[in-house]
Amino acid sequence: MKRPSVSRWVHLPLLMFAAMALAPLAFMLTTALSEPGRTLRAEVSLLPMLMPRTWHWNNFIEVWGKVPFMRYYLNSLMISLAITSGQVLTSAMAAYAFARLNWPGRDRLFLAYLATLMIPGAVTMIPNFILMKSLPEIFGKCLPFVDWLSLRHLTPDPSSPMVGRWVGLDSYFALILPGMFSAYGTFLLRQFLLNQPRELEEAAEIDGCGHARIFFHITLPLAAPGVATLAIFTFMGSWGSFLWPLVTVNHDELRTLPLGLQAFQGQYGTEWHLLMAAALLMLLPILVVFVAGQRFFLRGLMLGGVKG
Amino acid sequence: MRATFAPRSRRHGRTALIFLLPNFVGFVVFTAGPVLVSLGLSFTSWDLLQPPCWVGFDNFVRLLGFHLSPEGWEANDPYFWKYLGNTLFLLLGLPLNTAASLGLALMLQDNLRFRSAYRFLFYLPSVVSGVAIYYLWRWIYNPDYGLLNTALAGLGMEGPAWLSSLSWSKPALLLMGLWVSAGGQAMILYLAALSQISPELYEAAEIDGAGRWEKFRAITWPALGPVTFFILTMGMIGGLQGGFEAAYVMTGGGPFGATTTLGYQIYNLAYVHFQMGYAATLAWTLFLLVLGITLLQWRFGSRQTIA
Repeated sequence: MKRPSVSRWVHLPLLMFAAMALAPLAFMLTTALSEPGRTLRAEVSLLPMLMPRTWHWNNFIEVWGKVPFMRYYLNSLMISLAITSGQVLTSAMAAYAFARLNWPGRDRLFLAYLATLMIPGAVTMIPNFILMKSLPEIFGKCLPFVDWLSLRHLTPDPSSPMVGRWVGLDSYFALILPGMFSAYGTFLLRQFLLNQPRELEEAAEIDGCGHARIFFHITLPLAAPGVATLAIFTFMGSWGSFLWPLVTVNHDELRTLPLGLQAFQGQYGTEWHLLMAAALLMLLPILVVFVAGQRFFLRGLMLGGVKG
Repeated sequence: MRATFAPRSRRHGRTALIFLLPNFVGFVVFTAGPVLVSLGLSFTSWDLLQPPCWVGFDNFVRLLGFHLSPEGWEANDPYFWKYLGNTLFLLLGLPLNTAASLGLALMLQDNLRFRSAYRFLFYLPSVVSGVAIYYLWRWIYNPDYGLLNTALAGLGMEGPAWLSSLSWSKPALLLMGLWVSAGGQAMILYLAALSQISPELYEAAEIDGAGRWEKFRAITWPALGPVTFFILTMGMIGGLQGGFEAAYVMTGGGPFGATTTLGYQIYNLAYVHFQMGYAATLAWTLFLLVLGITLLQWRFGSRQTIA
């Protein structure tokens, strides 16, 4: 097993590239830790821009008071967790039907699922937007005794988790529901299940175990690595999701973090130290999830790519 | 076999329905249905206020057609061609990024010390990529206080006003793209493919007196062919639709539309100008382009790379 010999000199370019990968992130941290007045100061050399000289941790606290940052953060967390759990559950159930059950038309329907994988998001986004826009009216015709149109109030109790409309634009419904179903997730978990032995499930079936029990007590636990992979991708995807919240949400209290960062571009110029502190706070959960789930993450990349 | 399977398929039908139902309803309502609706919309003119009005192929003619003017043939919608040009320009990042990913993967050989630390560091930018990073790069490209121009000043050069410059805004987006994706998915796929190449091949080549470059050309590069093909086609599919988020955050599509891509134009048409029908026409045109590339991939690509 002799591999081509490794020259020690390869560390030289590698270290250089590692430095290039890190430099922008170091600049981000330095900016986030700089004193408010000193962010916009032309430096003559690179070093003070990459190594924090001042440790103005206060910026990270100030961020929460300046804009409804807590609201954005909770919105993002709540929406991402809801989308992730919903998508994992519906995808796993569908994957079970596709990989473990025999029914007429199964393979043809799966082909239809596959075919939608390459459809650009822009194609489905416009009709989905129109659907959301018209939902309050549709619901109003069917169930007129609920107020579907007006926004539920936001100001009296800012900590109230339920704001916006029940359905339609400016609602958690619009932010969460369309994200809960995924052809990609179904595809990923089906592939995973097909590569798993099914003896245990068959034995359980012979013993008279129902499919619901088989699914929850045998299939899901055995498919845990696949489920973890999908959960990580989905969480990261919905955490960073930008375009859909941008077009469906107008009201400040319903904004998610990616939209909320805009708030730091004030009328009189951008407060870069706060913006960078806020951006770092936004990246924190992503880093935690990535470091904790790196194993599943890398395996998922091999399975054919991140959802676009 | 048949005899045992036939009753099973009957037995599973109802169970399958229950398991499939939540996902299937979502699939029909939010994916399959909307694809057909937007195809229908692409033949209409609709501003969301008046009811939609059927215009036949007018939108497609307006988007893709040309007319004769005193100066010669002119595009009906010159913006479409301009933004298609921008999109293709930004697609130049794809071969660049892929080459960089390959280079990094080649350097991270199996028995290298600190290999996983390097891999982690290179991969980091693509993990954090997104809106937060676009704001960071807007700050990096700040002409007076940004990181890049300070570095250039240290070398005695005066940097341009990157994002507001007609000639530098697109290269600036390319450079950011390189930082984000050089160590990203492509590098990981290359690393996996490299570890599949049998070392005996290299040994045999060495015995035959092959040098480093010959070994790369005769063994490594052909072995990486399917992965490279996969990376390039997937990159093209993504790149043709992409570019909205970065441009929206960093340049607003400017200066003078220099960084507006087709994906951005769909957003503009639908949510700024409220031309839902025409936006759907552009979206479907993009879809057909992507479909063409996917068919090419199916025709010429190897299946083994796609899980």
